Amino acid sequence: MSTMTVSRRSFLKVSALAGGGLMLGFDAMSKSMKEESAGAAEGAVFSPNAWLKIDSQGVVTLMAPNPEVGQGVKTSLPMLVAEELDVNWKDVVIEQAPLNKSFERQVAGGSGSIRSSWESFRKAGAAARQLLTEAGAKTWNVSAGDCYTENSFVIHKPSGKKLSYGELAAKAATLSSLTEAKLKDPKDFKIIGQRLRNVDTKNIVTGKSLYGIDTKREGMFYTMVARPTFGKKLKSFDDTETRKVPGVKNVVRWENKVAVLATSTWAAKKGRDALKLEWEDDKLESTTDHQEAFKKLIQQKHDAPKRNDGDVDKALAGAKKVIESTFEAPFLPHSAMEPMNFFADVRDGKAELYGPTQTPARSRTEVAKALNIFEDNVTLGMSRQGGGFGRRLMTDYSVEAAMISSIAKAPVQVIWTREDDMQGGFYRPTGMYRYRAAITDNNELDAWYLIAAASNQPNASRENSFPAGAVPNFRIDSHNLESNITIGPWRAPNHNFIAFAEETFIDEIANELKKDPVALRLELLDRAKNNKFGTVAYDVDKYKAVLKTAAEMGNWGKQGKDGIYKGFGAHFSFGTYVAQVADVSIEAGKVRVHKIYCAVDCGRVINPSGAENQIEGGIIDGIGHALFGELTFDKGVAQQKNFNTYKLIRMPDAPLAIEIKFIDTDASPQGLGEPCLPPVIPAITNAIFAATGQRVRRLPVSLMTFPL
Amino acid sequence: MATYSLNINGKSLPVDVAPDTPLLWVLRDELNLVGTKYGCGVAQCGACTVHLNDVAVRSCSLPVSAVGTKKVTTIEGLSEKGDHPLQLAWDEADVPQCGYCQAGQIMTAAALMKHNVNPNDKEIDKAMAGNICRCGTYKRIRQAIHLAAQKGGKS
Repeated sequence: MSTMTVSRRSFLKVSALAGGGLMLGFDAMSKSMKEESAGAAEGAVFSPNAWLKIDSQGVVTLMAPNPEVGQGVKTSLPMLVAEELDVNWKDVVIEQAPLNKSFERQVAGGSGSIRSSWESFRKAGAAARQLLTEAGAKTWNVSAGDCYTENSFVIHKPSGKKLSYGELAAKAATLSSLTEAKLKDPKDFKIIGQRLRNVDTKNIVTGKSLYGIDTKREGMFYTMVARPTFGKKLKSFDDTETRKVPGVKNVVRWENKVAVLATSTWAAKKGRDALKLEWEDDKLESTTDHQEAFKKLIQQKHDAPKRNDGDVDKALAGAKKVIESTFEAPFLPHSAMEPMNFFADVRDGKAELYGPTQTPARSRTEVAKALNIFEDNVTLGMSRQGGGFGRRLMTDYSVEAAMISSIAKAPVQVIWTREDDMQGGFYRPTGMYRYRAAITDNNELDAWYLIAAASNQPNASRENSFPAGAVPNFRIDSHNLESNITIGPWRAPNHNFIAFAEETFIDEIANELKKDPVALRLELLDRAKNNKFGTVAYDVDKYKAVLKTAAEMGNWGKQGKDGIYKGFGAHFSFGTYVAQVADVSIEAGKVRVHKIYCAVDCGRVINPSGAENQIEGGIIDGIGHALFGELTFDKGVAQQKNFNTYKLIRMPDAPLAIEIKFIDTDASPQGLGEPCLPPVIPAITNAIFAATGQRVRRLPVSLMTFPL
Repeated sequence: MATYSLNINGKSLPVDVAPDTPLLWVLRDELNLVGTKYGCGVAQCGACTVHLNDVAVRSCSLPVSAVGTKKVTTIEGLSEKGDHPLQLAWDEADVPQCGYCQAGQIMTAAALMKHNVNPNDKEIDKAMAGNICRCGTYKRIRQAIHLAAQKGGKS
């Protein structure tokens, strides 16, 4: 993910709002955007990354520019602005910003929203506060240095005179500032660090929040699409029966797909299901084919290792003992609760699109490309989204809606059924990971060699991840298996599997060395610190701190008390260090996760309630996919099509208790939507080993049987 | 097509739809009651949960022809002012992430609490097992149901 910095040349732009308000943002607006904002209608929103509106009644509107997929940024990003603006959180109005070329990173991905906005959003708030302060000082003809702000008021300290932001908005709009405003000392934070509730909850619980699938426009057709399974091409189709379905208005073909346009979703579905489709076979892949190919690849060296410290071959050859384990990752569909959907209205060389996307800018670019029109002729609006998990970083479904609208010459709302969604591709890749470790005569870990192979994934690991840097001979090879089954980012890409493989393998090594697994990790981290072998992505001290904290929280070391066994897992990703202890028992052959203890160093926490929600969700999501998640293929066809054959975790399988501890730190905030998922998987599988002596090497856990 | 007079959220609403149309799509497409969500279409995820004579049902798998004169309640009609104890508790416990499944979760919980004002964890788990949340908010859902129960339960 790209990181965002605020250009030094950015200066603050102030423009009058209708009704004498103040609108402010960093000036990086394109010409057309400036012209639009000069119109300054209520809700006109044009600035690159952070802004706000204050009207003459004192209503403060803060914009949430990033897609909201459930990660809470519609609450947490405006908090950054509100903090520096010195407004009462209860009084602000939050609006979802539309796509605006000027925003630097309107993306929901890479756990990056807060990380990339931490400075710039606060600066926007601080700049507004400074202008309001100056407006007050000018009104009273006093020095701005004698004025301060509090709860949406500017106050003249010596006289006690005060004016509200609403009263000062018109005057502030006439001022311009070319200098950067000073940011608060974090010890003065009043909003950042507060436990605040999701700003949309009241609408969500009353059914008022509108998602993409809820889009309705005049003259729109509900549309369903017949798509090929993997490795098939459309030869011909017969829509005779389809056109007999009441409500079906049109049938169009685009490439290998056939779209049915109707006056209701049900008619579209019935019409789609009534199509007679003839397919032509290309290459049809099955899960067993992938497994066979992986088995061969993981025996082969790669010419270009991703990392190669020391000499693993020599170390393995001279080892007292070599430990070897192979781990297997299944495909996983995203299963966002709101299936893919998009609205498109393409006519007269212009396109209007609206729907759920984690990457609105890229969607617009791809739509423009597909339609062969200029991007300026595409408007793209973002709805609230029923989850994303990476699937909505893909642009296939918005492009598809645009093309169907263009061909049918009608506005369409394309809705995917769950079966369409689960069979529609862009999965977490499948792969196989072969690890070997060399143990010396002194019982030390001397070499670590991973040969990975994964589908459409040239780099199936993270070469600077722990224990890289702690082992003198360390090598990672990664083979790409080309496949026509599409893959894509899935919550914590790569990390969501390598954490399981690495941390299980470390547990195996510890067991072999008869060392405590946490002690072994700490020992390795000390080696990384004192004798670092090459570049690493992690900070040893931060890593150690979460290990120790989690071990302490989870009463590490006491196995088998009341039938509860403990497992440990830790991982660093998206700037955040996470360590977890899982309490697990096996009851009547069934894995039961009782409690997770989770230590997190994610830098400063913006909103503890939202942050803990992400952690709890990541943990439960991780447990669910580790226990049950597996999508298999037979001749290009996904064998699991809906939640009756593909199991997602449900409440009875979710742990009753999750205990979270944040490491107290002043460091800048880091990612949180993804980092807590990967380590919970080895935490539970290592606990399963402690309970049963059975190693989980292939996910999901449900493939194994345990003693009754 | 056939005409039906449906009793939804206390109002009698006429619709003209194919008899096999699931109630879900009648609510969403014909009556613009889009708070009830589509998630799977096969009664597996619970996103489409509504009350039929106060009992939680999956509207995606209930043909409109089977509804008859039975009283249908959707999330929009659960309370007049959005102040059902569960709706308030959901806010207090700060439950939602993406929020898509939550209307269904609340409707299932509300049906549970009509006959069990103070359910324990096991009873909650059993009643809520038909509702999937991929964001993983189960811990808070459970907590919110307890909160609502403490504050008087059903409304």
